[in-house]
Amino acid sequence: MASKTAAAKDIITLHGSAAIVSEFFCYAANSILYNRAVYPEESFVKVKKYGLPMLLIEDESVKSFMSNLTSQISEWLEAGKLQRVVLVIMSKATGEVLERWNFRIETDTEVVDKGVPREKSDKEIMREIQAIMRQVASSVTYLPCLDETCVFDVLAYTDTDVAVPFTWVDSDPKLIANPQMVKLHGFDTKIHKVDTLVSYKNDEWDEEE
Amino acid sequence: MCVLVDNMDAGMSTPSYLKAQTRCPLQEHFLPRKSSKENLDRFIPNRSAMDFDYAHYALMDGRKGKDQSAAVSSPSKEAYRKQLAETMNLNHTRILAFRNKPQAPVDLLPTNHSASLHQQPKSVKPRRYIPQTSERTLDAPDIVDDFYLNLLDWGSANVLAIALDHTVYLWDASTGSTSELVTIDEEKGPVTSINWAPDGRHVAIGLNNSEVQLWDSASNRQLRTLNGCHQSRVGSLAWNNHILTTGGMDGQIVNNDVRIRSHIVETYRGHTQEVCGLKWSGSGQQLASGGNDNVVHIWDRSVASSNSTTQWLHRLEEHTSAVKALAWCPFQANLLATGGGGGDRTIKFWNTHTGACLNSVDTGSQVCSLLWSKNERELLSSHGFTQNQLTLWKYPSMVKMAELTGHTSRVLYMAQSPDGCTVASAAGDETLRFWNVFGVPETTKKAAPKTAPEPFSHVNRIR
Repeated sequence: MASKTAAAKDIITLHGSAAIVSEFFCYAANSILYNRAVYPEESFVKVKKYGLPMLLIEDESVKSFMSNLTSQISEWLEAGKLQRVVLVIMSKATGEVLERWNFRIETDTEVVDKGVPREKSDKEIMREIQAIMRQVASSVTYLPCLDETCVFDVLAYTDTDVAVPFTWVDSDPKLIANPQMVKLHGFDTKIHKVDTLVSYKNDEWDEEE
Repeated sequence: MCVLVDNMDAGMSTPSYLKAQTRCPLQEHFLPRKSSKENLDRFIPNRSAMDFDYAHYALMDGRKGKDQSAAVSSPSKEAYRKQLAETMNLNHTRILAFRNKPQAPVDLLPTNHSASLHQQPKSVKPRRYIPQTSERTLDAPDIVDDFYLNLLDWGSANVLAIALDHTVYLWDASTGSTSELVTIDEEKGPVTSINWAPDGRHVAIGLNNSEVQLWDSASNRQLRTLNGCHQSRVGSLAWNNHILTTGGMDGQIVNNDVRIRSHIVETYRGHTQEVCGLKWSGSGQQLASGGNDNVVHIWDRSVASSNSTTQWLHRLEEHTSAVKALAWCPFQANLLATGGGGGDRTIKFWNTHTGACLNSVDTGSQVCSLLWSKNERELLSSHGFTQNQLTLWKYPSMVKMAELTGHTSRVLYMAQSPDGCTVASAAGDETLRFWNVFGVPETTKKAAPKTAPEPFSHVNRIR
């Protein structure tokens, strides 16, 4: 796509990058919820995004939670204050953290401070995100089965000087003890660089016995 | 599928894709299986608790900061450095979760996220609920709206004393009943300071005419009057066993022994303007005083003699406004927190042993009062314009844990209940509000039984 019109599309602004990242997070979270069977399959609806059939949950409370999340994340991204977003999957019965999807964000502070745009082809970002989505979908092959009913939560790691609306509370990091970690692909909008990592609880230790 | 193991998994012997194939929990070879449960005789690292990057940094004498410059070293080192820089900032990171959780998949109640059973060495105490509104509001008509006075104190017998213009009222917190202690004569008053003695029975009242009266709250009788300590109003008082220290508008601080006839035992000179903040340390060895001259003095009892001119142990001049808010840390010796007034708006932390300023935090609003929590490592500050809020900070990170609003004018006076759970605040808006901000010691104990079953259920799965 070397045409002149495509060149105009290649300009990424801070606002645009924040939108891309928060949108990515929304779809990625939905995908994780679907693939890890946190919510039953029938509560998801198919949409086309990133050139793939993506699934979005229909449940109102989850949808509103997600939209609040993405708008706040977008705000923090534009301020350059967001360090990472973590989607935590916990057992509903025991509250034990079983899986932790860690999206680490690196912001180009120059863009935040000076507002200079960057250049990167839309298509390329799309391709990178596609790769991540495919990886998430295929993660079922190595992630341990989540037999019990699970719930999820989202944590945001921000700078301490960030303006926090009252709808957000401080939380503990909800880490997993002795996790296994798998690094997935990341994507880069040249303003925000997102790395994905999933850590999960080790399978039953007695299996070796 | 292309699964890459992050290089930060230093020491992890087997990549995860192998795990998928064998379905066998391959552990890192230095980490035996039940390590987290049994304490074997070798050091078993706990991955999630380990700060790998910090450990690497400590070992390698690593570099600081977010190093954006091109790395000469391999990409793994670059990743390390980036992760390191990020983790180094962890002290400056806030972890937030959205308050309104989505509905759980099955229609039952959502899980309590508080019962987390991972073996972090840092305590994962459930975050307690801090009510955002005052638990109780009482009327405090005619309370004098003067920054430099100290009109509220909560005694150890659980009785709150508040001075409203010329009258001192006592409010019994256990019964909720109010009684009038005394109404001062017109020419002597108004009351400018009030302070309970450690026994919770005797109370000292400082007056506008420079007198200090000593009252017995049990019999509602005046015991004595201390005269001659000051030439102008007594705005601050502090007890140290039998010594009543008085701070005056004349800038003088006088130690009075209330048992003897000639009560003045020592005079501290140093402040050039009104002494509005006065607090003895927990040990009773050091006295902190804050004045309208923006200076904080630390006086030490071991530095004796009222003859020498410079008796103070430390003279702290960093504040740029009057310092009324002073609070000694209950869990760390020699740590003093001070708060500056309208032109300063900062809370500063001092090592009173060396006189060094440990930290300074801009709060954005005049700091009228400071209180340390007795149960947790937290600090409560009260403010004025514009929010008139009480802010609860986590110490030492100085992360804001809560902001309590309700007062419509600057929160000049604060006092803590003897059990350390409730804070009373009074402001020029003529209200006295009570806040359950410091939590109850029992709730933290209650959390333990909730988490206790978890390790046991874990054991069941192993065997």
